[in-house]
Amino acid sequence: MFVPTHTAGTVLCCMCGVSMQPNPANMCARCLRARVDITEGVPRNAAVVYCPDCFSYLQPPRSWVKAGPESPELMQILLRRLKHPLARLRVSLSGAEFVFSEPHSKRLRLKLRLRREVLNGIVLEQTHPVEFVVHDRLCDSCARAQANPDQWVAVVQLRQHVPHRRTFLYLEQLLIKHGQAALAIRVASAPGGLDFFFGSRSHAARLVDFLGTVAPIQTNTAKQLVSHDTKSFIYNYKYTFSVEICPICREDLIALSPKASRDLGGLGPLVLCIKVTNAIALLDPLTLRVHHLEEKKYRVYNFKAALTSKQLVEYMVLDIEQESPEITVDGSKYQLAYAQVARMSDFGKNDTVFMVRTHLGHRLNPGDLALGYDLYGANMNDDDMDKALLRQNLPEVVLVKKSYEKKPRTRRWKLKRLPVEEDLGNKAKGEEDRREDEYVKFMLDLERDPELRFGINLYKNEDYRSEMASTIGDDVPTIPIEELIEDLSLGDDEDDEEEEDSAAPACMVE
Amino acid sequence: MASCLKFESSCEIGVFARLTNAYCIVPAGCSDSFVSVFENDLADAVPVVKASIGGTRILGRLCVGNKNGLLLPNTTTDQELQHLTDSLPDQVVVKRVDERLSALGNCIACNDHVALTNPDLNKETEEIISDVLGVEVFRQTIAGNILVGSFCAFSNKGGLVHPQTSVEDLEELSTLLQVPLVAGTVNRGSNVIAAGIAVNDWAAFCGSDTTATELSVVESVFRLRDGRPGALGADVRKSLVESCFL
Repeated sequence: MFVPTHTAGTVLCCMCGVSMQPNPANMCARCLRARVDITEGVPRNAAVVYCPDCFSYLQPPRSWVKAGPESPELMQILLRRLKHPLARLRVSLSGAEFVFSEPHSKRLRLKLRLRREVLNGIVLEQTHPVEFVVHDRLCDSCARAQANPDQWVAVVQLRQHVPHRRTFLYLEQLLIKHGQAALAIRVASAPGGLDFFFGSRSHAARLVDFLGTVAPIQTNTAKQLVSHDTKSFIYNYKYTFSVEICPICREDLIALSPKASRDLGGLGPLVLCIKVTNAIALLDPLTLRVHHLEEKKYRVYNFKAALTSKQLVEYMVLDIEQESPEITVDGSKYQLAYAQVARMSDFGKNDTVFMVRTHLGHRLNPGDLALGYDLYGANMNDDDMDKALLRQNLPEVVLVKKSYEKKPRTRRWKLKRLPVEEDLGNKAKGEEDRREDEYVKFMLDLERDPELRFGINLYKNEDYRSEMASTIGDDVPTIPIEELIEDLSLGDDEDDEEEEDSAAPACMVE
Repeated sequence: MASCLKFESSCEIGVFARLTNAYCIVPAGCSDSFVSVFENDLADAVPVVKASIGGTRILGRLCVGNKNGLLLPNTTTDQELQHLTDSLPDQVVVKRVDERLSALGNCIACNDHVALTNPDLNKETEEIISDVLGVEVFRQTIAGNILVGSFCAFSNKGGLVHPQTSVEDLEELSTLLQVPLVAGTVNRGSNVIAAGIAVNDWAAFCGSDTTATELSVVESVFRLRDGRPGALGADVRKSLVESCFL
């Protein structure tokens, strides 16, 4: 098909007479620009509010957005300030960029490219500088923090009246896993427990609710009026949640009172606490009966532990005789057996041997070590125990768990910790070592008991170098690597790899 | 010389008036100031006739004519036709055209020798145009627009066309019309040329929005600076336009 060529002619600009390409207004760009200013009415100055404490800008009406200098977020905040004038003038924005300004000048400069339709459908584009004055003002939260840095509204005082902190080590891991303490302003160590400080009552209430699902707790709340304004009906309170955990821990030996024993269906009277969730699981080691005691029920009997895990004594198993087949109660295996045991401390001194009935028949073999409560040598101060001793023949030893040789070694896993503030001035001598010892024991417990570590997160230890297989006994339980979680590290991984690569040949030469 | 004027605050004076070398038609009942501009400039050479077509005042868009004749649309009443026949000089043939496209002024552009028409015009109308107006008829478009009567204005000496006419089209039209043409605007950049201007061989009337630049283009291309009726200058037209505009 023949298409005639079209060479665009030139016309004279209707205003200045300069020769130009025809356009809908038939006016040259300079005349057009002289006649119409599309930036007319677009503000050249504006203000923006900035919080110098948290480096955030006010997004009216009330939100504060963190934005770095010359960042897209900042651009967004600034352009939002101009949105309404631009929309009103029917000017569209085709581009915007920052023009450098000294940070100390408290000015932000933007260069906008504005576009608007003028005369007969011509679209004009024009650059337009806008200067923002940065007003410094503290945002609400910063202002409050400035007025009083220790601004807490609610505190959760978590306490357990026992001589060790094992429970708190475990709860700490649970809180980390479930992110419950993330909202806390501060976590402080207090005698017999932890204090969690919160900025809002609901955050604290949330933590208390969570604790109620994982531990047998009793809660008391109190509030103190800080200030009030009767005219606007505003009352400021400080809320205190006093949360007390039952003083019964895993592996504690309890002597039930005759009443409690009767109520629980003839359980005991000597029982072992095998598990603590929001209920306490009690096991009669002689009959393998398990009873779950809820917190409310516990308050009725309110018994104490006769012997706690600190008083465990190490025994050597001399002989074992299975009495019944292995049975499973609540997902844990038990087997009744007769065991002949001797105290490790007696070796080389006397030939005292105890014949006991134990629930650990499936675990123990002759020659193994086991931990148990020594009722024969114990000096107990417990009414219920005395009553029980009077009424029936109690065993001389209650075995609790198998024991392994203690050997300090590195672990391939690690735990995360909460940033707990220690009260340094109020600390007893040797407290630090005791804490450390408890922590090591807690880690050992985690290794031994898969049920215990079921609810918590273990992370891979990057520093771990695998030891020679022979140094770890075959029977010593370790945590399978599948259970470990790769920790999130925000570092320069590539550099690390390079270092490792360069280190490798050197090792080989050696 | 070109004069600037308004018709009742509208600058589109070509819509309301029809100017040829033999007569000028203005709307009946228009203001005296409008008529007096025409009368002052034209009175001694051509009659200024007040008329209406189909009861409307948009004469310039509805009728078309030259010194030989005047074509009226089918909306014209008998009375109006009679009035125009009586008022115009005797040698001007007045004829009513039975054409579907009744805005003849938009569809036809002509001088005393050549006419450009809308390509959609009837065959019969085309014949009538050539008979009554005594012109050669070309079916044409201007810058892609079929309303040739709106987008160009030309006399026997020169012509102004739509600003977006390509160089090739300008050349072709110029060859057809045998007058120099220039792409330009009136009324401060308006590209509807014929609406903003009424022109004959020695006088031009523009809308008052027309800028000095546009006026100078109009005066140059229509060779109005000669200032005398009948001062033809066909021999110099090409060189003038080329030196000034191309």
